[in-house]
Amino acid sequence: MKIEYNFAFFDEGSKREIRRATLKAIAIPGYQVPFASREMPIARGWGTGGLQLTLSLVGKEDILKVIDQGSDESVNAVNIKKLIALTTGIVVTDETTEATIIQSRHRIPETPLQEDQILVLQVPIPEPLRYYEPSEYETKKLHAEHEYSGAWLMLFEQIVNYGAMSTGADHPVMVHSRYVMAPSPIPRFDNPKLNQNKALILLGAGREKKVYAVPPYTKVASLDFADYPFRVETFQDKCCRLCGAKDVFLDELLNDITGEALYQCNDTSYCLQRMNGISKE
Amino acid sequence: MDDSERPVLAVRNINKQYGQGCVNCRGAKGEGLLKNYCPVCGTVYACRDISFEVYAGEILGIVGESGSGKSTMMECLYFDQEVSSGEAYIASYKGGETNVFEESSQQKRYIRNHLMGKVYQNPLMSLKMNFSSIGNIAEKLISAGNRNVGQMKVRGEELLEHVNIPVYRMKEAPKNFSGGMQQRVQIAKALSNNPPLLLLDEVTTGLDLSVQASVLDLIKSIQRQLKISMIIVSHDLGVIRMLADRTLVMLDGQVIEQGLTDQILEDPQHGYTQKLVQSLL
Ligand SMILES: Nc1ncnc2c1ncn2[C@@H]1O[C@H](COP(=O)(O)OP(=O)(O)OP(=O)(O)O)[C@@H](O)[C@H]1O
Ligand SMILES: [Mg+2]
Ligand SMILES: [Zn+2]
Repeated sequence: MKIEYNFAFFDEGSKREIRRATLKAIAIPGYQVPFASREMPIARGWGTGGLQLTLSLVGKEDILKVIDQGSDESVNAVNIKKLIALTTGIVVTDETTEATIIQSRHRIPETPLQEDQILVLQVPIPEPLRYYEPSEYETKKLHAEHEYSGAWLMLFEQIVNYGAMSTGADHPVMVHSRYVMAPSPIPRFDNPKLNQNKALILLGAGREKKVYAVPPYTKVASLDFADYPFRVETFQDKCCRLCGAKDVFLDELLNDITGEALYQCNDTSYCLQRMNGISKE
Repeated sequence: MDDSERPVLAVRNINKQYGQGCVNCRGAKGEGLLKNYCPVCGTVYACRDISFEVYAGEILGIVGESGSGKSTMMECLYFDQEVSSGEAYIASYKGGETNVFEESSQQKRYIRNHLMGKVYQNPLMSLKMNFSSIGNIAEKLISAGNRNVGQMKVRGEELLEHVNIPVYRMKEAPKNFSGGMQQRVQIAKALSNNPPLLLLDEVTTGLDLSVQASVLDLIKSIQRQLKISMIIVSHDLGVIRMLADRTLVMLDGQVIEQGLTDQILEDPQHGYTQKLVQSLL
């Protein structure tokens, strides 16, 4: 028996409800808007927040790209793409420039985004103050009163204990000088890309039932201290062993036999595109 | 009024009730009440028309039996709770002309962080037990706007030394510390922004006697060195005798007697105070 699904899996009422929350999120940059997160045919924690946003946004003309940890080919990315493609019939792509909607986990693509694109980020823990203050009621109050000492205190603790701000990913940001926001587990390297980005950036947390947004051309600043300024990961003079790219986020691979460290682009589609470009020249 | 004689803090007619009141209790003051509550509707009148002043460099003691409203009064002053009615004026805030209870929550935060410090009986009320001790102190500095780690570490170490906690233990979390040490960390935190007023609520209750004595000595020496004004609440007249220049006696939410501590000890007027003093001898 073949089950007939509505376009983009959800019924129209559900999509409208999610869009309403999304509009509110765009109107208040960085503010976490609650929404009625639905049961999805994939497990919570596997990108259901991002998936719901994508399904509520997608139209027949859209072209979709899904990335997981920088790769378009991981099981999770493939499954999400399949679900969306099967219930909408839309085209999927690996190319950042072609896509109109990009759903991503752990990365913002290396290729700069454009005004007609939407980036949907999957978020496990939307509350940047959660470790400091376990109660949701209290964190809501702290946001309302713009009381963000806790966010800086968490960074202070890292410096005291490790000598540097050590957030590997999800380094908190101040959005539009108003709300402190968890940028999702992207590396610090991607934080500056949030600032004044041309694309609309939406963030969805399925398990925690929250949506928030960074509208195009919004000021986004990574939290830091006067004497410990925010810094992205550096790879010094390293470059990608495949495409030769510098100034991108590189994965370190260890050669099992020689123990030698090898570097290559984390953003595989960017890397491929560069290699194709190089070979065409 | 000449600034030198303007009280650091002037409190006028603080009332705090839990419950709506009824015809039995709402009318003439205190009639129809059983101790501090209404037997008809159960409303608790925790603080009733409390007025007093604290002058520069003095320690004001507040003594009274359990349930007399001491902690409630201190919580109102530190904005942990909202007053039902009443006024408070702080000399160092807007020239002492503004009722701080009517200020916005942001302004109240400013007052808490810059103009007051509070030490609670229960250290959980002011310390994050999983954060480092120096981080706990830094929290108050960060709240007051400091964004320089180096400065905050220097200040934190100075304060820990001041309260006799070895600086090499600054990275340890207060949950590893004894009760007396936790109180010392609280005191260091409360002092961090050099507030003109320190609120201490039963800070030695529950500690064993020798530790009690050392914490009381610390408070005394801080007061001598820093000339900071303090309100110190205790149900133990011994603590009050040791520290307070002047004393208020509270019973059932009301101030029943106030004056110089020596005078009250030598010549108590109210029957309750007389019993209290007798029990001390
Ligand atoms: N949230 C609340 N709801 C109702 N009544 C309350 C509440 N908090 C405190 N009370 C009542 O207010 C009165 C004053 O309590 P408070 O804690 O201020 O007394 P206290 O003088 O500090 O006593 P102790 O010496 O035991 O600390 C008591 O009768 C108490 O039961
Ligand atoms: Mg009390
Ligand atoms: Zn009543």
